[in-house]
Amino acid sequence: MIKVKNLSKKYNDKAVVNNVSVNIKKGKITSFIGPNGAGKSTLLSAVSRLIKHDVGEVMIDKKEINSWKSNELSKKVAILKQSNNLNVRLTIRELVSFGRFPYSQGNLTQEDWAKVDEALSFMELHDIENQFLDELSGGQRQRAFIAMVIAQDTEYILLDEPLNNLDMKHSVQIMKVLRRLVDELGKTVILVIHDINFASFYSDYVVALKNGEIIRQGPTNEIIEQGTLKEIYDMDIPIKQIDKCRVCVYFA
Amino acid sequence: MKIRYLVIALVVFSISSIFIGVSSIGLTDIFHLNEFQQQILLHSRLPRLISIIIAGASMAICGLIMQQLSRNKFVSPTTAGTMDSARLGILVSMLVFSAANPLFRAGSAFLFALLGTFLFMKILDKIKFKDAIFIPLVGIMFGNIIGSITMFFAYKNDMIQTITAWLQGDFSMVLSGSYELLYISIPALFIAYLYANKFTIAGMGEDFSTNLGMNHKRVVNVGLIIVAIATSVVVLTVGVIPFLGLIIPNIVSIYQGDNLRSNLPHTALLGAVFVLFCDILGRVLIYPYEIPIGLTVGVIGSGVFIYLLLRRKNYA
Repeated sequence: MIKVKNLSKKYNDKAVVNNVSVNIKKGKITSFIGPNGAGKSTLLSAVSRLIKHDVGEVMIDKKEINSWKSNELSKKVAILKQSNNLNVRLTIRELVSFGRFPYSQGNLTQEDWAKVDEALSFMELHDIENQFLDELSGGQRQRAFIAMVIAQDTEYILLDEPLNNLDMKHSVQIMKVLRRLVDELGKTVILVIHDINFASFYSDYVVALKNGEIIRQGPTNEIIEQGTLKEIYDMDIPIKQIDKCRVCVYFA
Repeated sequence: MKIRYLVIALVVFSISSIFIGVSSIGLTDIFHLNEFQQQILLHSRLPRLISIIIAGASMAICGLIMQQLSRNKFVSPTTAGTMDSARLGILVSMLVFSAANPLFRAGSAFLFALLGTFLFMKILDKIKFKDAIFIPLVGIMFGNIIGSITMFFAYKNDMIQTITAWLQGDFSMVLSGSYELLYISIPALFIAYLYANKFTIAGMGEDFSTNLGMNHKRVVNVGLIIVAIATSVVVLTVGVIPFLGLIIPNIVSIYQGDNLRSNLPHTALLGAVFVLFCDILGRVLIYPYEIPIGLTVGVIGSGVFIYLLLRRKNYA
């Protein structure tokens, strides 16, 4: 379990994350939502040691994040930041094999390659595994990066806006994969996401941030609710129930 | 392109390189050389061949490492101030300790090359506007500033001639006894191969490296040290070879990708083959005179560089 306690992070005296406490449940999808500049990405980066927090603590499986060895932690927690600016010429298979770096330091054993193959099949990438990343579409590329994270074989998978720049079809595809990661492989997924309808459809828990503070957190259906959304976004967002799903109509 | 073809090209060019020159040594003479021919072979032709191969491979690999670490396809020892810094280091060692031994001179060149490249990487960190063309422009300006400092002190101390000798790469002066420093570059390249996977990961950014549990800063520093070692010994023994570190890795990247583990052998071989080819060309064109390697590589290299710039739309 990941426990965040009284966490703060300042940039030039401005608190980007301010006194945040949150517990992330194992085996669930937790979405961080909130307006731009709310501190969602910073919180995610602090939980994955990409940035150092100033005050407070992040406990990962009962051990403070700073006392983890970086290499050990990379077998426990994987973070995928927005990757569309990477123009590196690797094939999908090569990229995915780098997911095994924490275990093999680059000299992959047969077992490592088996994990790479598993990840490729899970993401249905075997057909195009020898294509270069810079020749792929945005959706294929995102799937390749997720395959790498799967090969990394961590309990926790953190994603920063994984749907950025993807069309509807690919967005749905990615969210379904994340759901399968949790339901079939028992992973814990935490993601920063802007589209509240995707959060509503696919996540188990929602954490809402605003101005660096958590203003609401709880099971999805408690947060996706007109009064709460008003509080988060300063917008009147009517919510329609369609079958079992709550849809936020935020266009007008 | 298969690695086999590169090896064949290297062997063919190497053999022709040995048998091209003013004093004629024929292929058939090889088993009954007279004393003079033996001397030529051992003290001039072979050292020249070895230095070409090492220098070509080293500079190409330096370029590859720098491009990977700076995440920019147009950064190389010539476009990031590394070569100019090494030259400043040579000048300083000559000014401060006039009778410095070669190792000391190499040390000074290495230190300056390392500092210069490190400074360039720091400037890169600070630049917000990371356009692919803008960054090497900054590097060229940076190199010119260092170059003009070198020139200034060279003028003041009457050392222009000595220092310009290092401006243009030239293999014709390579004789046994003057090139052995280049061997230092070989272990550096071997370490580069051991670090290949780490350089590839470092090329995907600090966050990406941290996620995989790798110490990004340390890997970058190792890379810069390797580049500084190889560049400084090459500048000291042969002089500046322009464009090599720029075009060779780019050509390899186009057909081979950016995975350093599989890239490095190709880059090293292609670098050596390219320099050998240019050297042979320079020796044959105005026979029995010679065109310095800096010029032939510069002319052919700039042509290839322009071609790479033009096809940038679909790549880099």
